[in-house]
Amino acid sequence: MKEVSLTKEKKLAIYRSMVLCRMFEERVNSLFLQGRMPGTIHQAQGQEASAVGVCQALQEHDMITSTHRPHEHAVARGIPVKNLMAELFAKKTGCCGGKGGSMHIGDAALGMLPAIAIVGGGIPLATGYALSFQYLKKPNIVACFFGDGASNIGSFHEAINMAAIWDLPVVFICENNKYGASTAIDQVMKVKRVSDRAAAYGIPGKTVDGNDVEIVYQAMQEAAARAREGKGPTLLELETYRLAGHSRSDPGHYRSKEEVAEWKKRDPIARFEAAYLKEGLLTDNLIRTIRSSVEQELNEAVAFAEASPSPLPEECLTDVFVE
Amino acid sequence: MSSLNERVSRSDPEGRKMTIVEALREALQEEMRRDERVILLGEDIGVQGGFGGAFTVTLGLAEEFGRRRVIDTPITEAGIAGVATGAALGGLRPVADVQYGDFLFLAMDQLANHAAKLRYMSGGKLRVPMVMRAPVGATTRGAQHAQSLEAFFMHVPGLKVACPSNPYDAKGLLKTAIRLDDPVIFFEHKLLYGSKGSRKEAGGLEIFGTVPQEEYLIPFGQARVLRQGPDVTLVANLLMVHKSMQAAQNLAEAGIEAEVIDVRTLAPFDWPTLFESVSQTGKLVIVEEDNLTGGWGAEVAARTADTCIGYLQAPIRRVAAPDTPVPFAPIMENFYVPSVERIVATVTELM
Repeated sequence: MKEVSLTKEKKLAIYRSMVLCRMFEERVNSLFLQGRMPGTIHQAQGQEASAVGVCQALQEHDMITSTHRPHEHAVARGIPVKNLMAELFAKKTGCCGGKGGSMHIGDAALGMLPAIAIVGGGIPLATGYALSFQYLKKPNIVACFFGDGASNIGSFHEAINMAAIWDLPVVFICENNKYGASTAIDQVMKVKRVSDRAAAYGIPGKTVDGNDVEIVYQAMQEAAARAREGKGPTLLELETYRLAGHSRSDPGHYRSKEEVAEWKKRDPIARFEAAYLKEGLLTDNLIRTIRSSVEQELNEAVAFAEASPSPLPEECLTDVFVE
Repeated sequence: MSSLNERVSRSDPEGRKMTIVEALREALQEEMRRDERVILLGEDIGVQGGFGGAFTVTLGLAEEFGRRRVIDTPITEAGIAGVATGAALGGLRPVADVQYGDFLFLAMDQLANHAAKLRYMSGGKLRVPMVMRAPVGATTRGAQHAQSLEAFFMHVPGLKVACPSNPYDAKGLLKTAIRLDDPVIFFEHKLLYGSKGSRKEAGGLEIFGTVPQEEYLIPFGQARVLRQGPDVTLVANLLMVHKSMQAAQNLAEAGIEAEVIDVRTLAPFDWPTLFESVSQTGKLVIVEEDNLTGGWGAEVAARTADTCIGYLQAPIRRVAAPDTPVPFAPIMENFYVPSVERIVATVTELM
C-alpha cells in the first residue's frame, strides 16, 4: 500500500491531539494527587501515538470501544475535555452524568461507547456493533482498543473469531504496553507477538511501532479501508509503553529503570517534535502556542467541572431501565 | 394438568390451539416481519436440515427470513451475548439464545456486566434492546443441562426476566420482550415446550394453549391469578405453575381452596397482585424449581413478610428443590423436583 501523505493541517491536528492527551493526563494526575477527584485512575501517558493515530484515521460516525485506561482514547476521539473532566470530578455535567467515572467515560453520540473496564469485555461488544453496521449497510467501522493482557481472555477469542467468519467491519487494536498490571506479557504469552494470533482466525495481523503516530495512522488507514470494503477485520498490534504506573498507587517497581529510560527516549510526542522541528513544520514558537492553547482548554475544563453541580444522591436510582 | 389450558382456552374461544414452541416461533416470525431490525443469533438455529435450535423454536425461520437475519453462530456463548449486546447498542433488536440455560454462566460477564449496566454507566444515554432466550428445568440430563436460573438474573439490576408457563403468555411476553428497549432474559421450560419429532421431550407435558389470531402483547410486571381461593396463596412460575394448579385441584377435593398466581415475569415483579392475594388468604406458599437457598422465592418471602405481616396467619413456606446439583437418575430427579404431593403436603400443614 502506498504511503498516506498527510497534509500540514492534518499533521498539526495530530500533534495537538497528542499534546492534549498528554497534558490532560498530567493535569488529571496532579488534580488526583491533590485529592480533588474521587475514585481511581488508570493513565496512559506515553501511549498518545496509539490513541491519536487510530482516532485520526476514523470518520465521524465510526465507533470506538475502550478499556479501563480510556482517557486518551476519549480525548483523541474528540469527546469534549470539559465533559470528560466533569465526569472525573463526579459531576452531573460529566459525559456519563457522574454514573460512569474514569473507567467508563465515553459518549456514543460522539463515537465512543462508554469505556468497558472488564478486561476483554469490550471485544464482543465492538464485534456486535460492527454487525449492526454491516446489517444496516452503513459505511462505518468499529475501532476496538484493548491491551496485551486482554489477548489471553476468552472473549478475545470468541469475538475475533465471529468477526472473522462474518467479515465484520472492525479493527482490533491491541495496545501492547508490555504489562498487564505488573505482569510482563512474555510471562503469560508463548507466541512472540499478539498479532501472531491473527493466523488462528484467518485474518491479517500486523505489529507496528505504536509510538510513531504516523506509522500508527498509516496502519490504521490500511486496516480501516479493508474493513470498510467489506473484507473483514484486522488485528493490529501497536507496540507502546505506559510511562505511568498501572493505576494511581503504582510506582512500577516491576520495571527496570533502564527499560523505562529506554522507552522515554521513544516518547511519541518528543519524537514527533524532534522530527518536525528539523523538518520545519514545527517551531519552538508554534509548540509554545499549541501547548498554551491546550493549557487554556484544560483550565477551562477544570473550571467548568469544578463549577458544575453534583448529581443528587437519589439520582443513583434512575437510568437502570428505559421503561 | 389440564386446568390451566382450559382456563386459557375459555378466555378466547376464537383462538387456535398451539404449543409453546409454536407460540414462540409465531412471536419471532411476527416481530421479524414487523421490524427489519429484529435478528436471531444462536447455535444451530438456521442450519438447513438442522434442528431449528435445540428445541425447534426457530425451525423454518431461516427459510422465510434468510441466513442474514437468522444467524448461526459458533459455539460461543460469551460471544453470542456480547455480540447481541453490541448489535443492540448499534440499533438492532437481537434475539439471542443458548441451547440450555446452564450455558448462560459462560455469558455471565456480557449479560451482568455489560448488557445490564451500559445504560446506567452511560448516564441513561444508551439502550440495550436485546433478548436472551434460555431453556431451563430438570429433564434427566444431569447437573449441567438442568438448572433453573431465574434468581441469578432477577438479582441483577438492569435485566428484565420473563418465565411464561403457557403458549398464550409465551407469545405475548416474547413479543413484548423484543419491543422493550431493555435487555430481557427469557426463560422457557423444556418440559412445557411441546417440541415435536426427534426433539420431542421425554416426560414433557402436553401443553396446548389457545392463542388468538389477532395480535396481542402482554406487559411485563403483570402476574395472572389463575385460580381464586380464600384459603391459601400459591405463587409459582414455569412448570411449577402447572404443578401448583394440579395441587390446587387436589386440595379442593379436601375442601381447601387455593389461589394460584403465575408470576409471568420476575423482573419486574407484580407485587400488588401478590400482596392483595396474601392479604385475603393470610397464607403463602411459594413454589419454584430452583434450589431453596437464594431462589426467587426467598425474595418473595422477604417482601411479603415486610408488607403483609399484619395479614399473615401462618409462616410463609417455600416448596423448592434441595440445595444439591440436579441429579440424573429419574428416581432421584423426581425426588429433587418439587412435586404436586409436596405442594399439597406443605399447604395441608399450614391449615
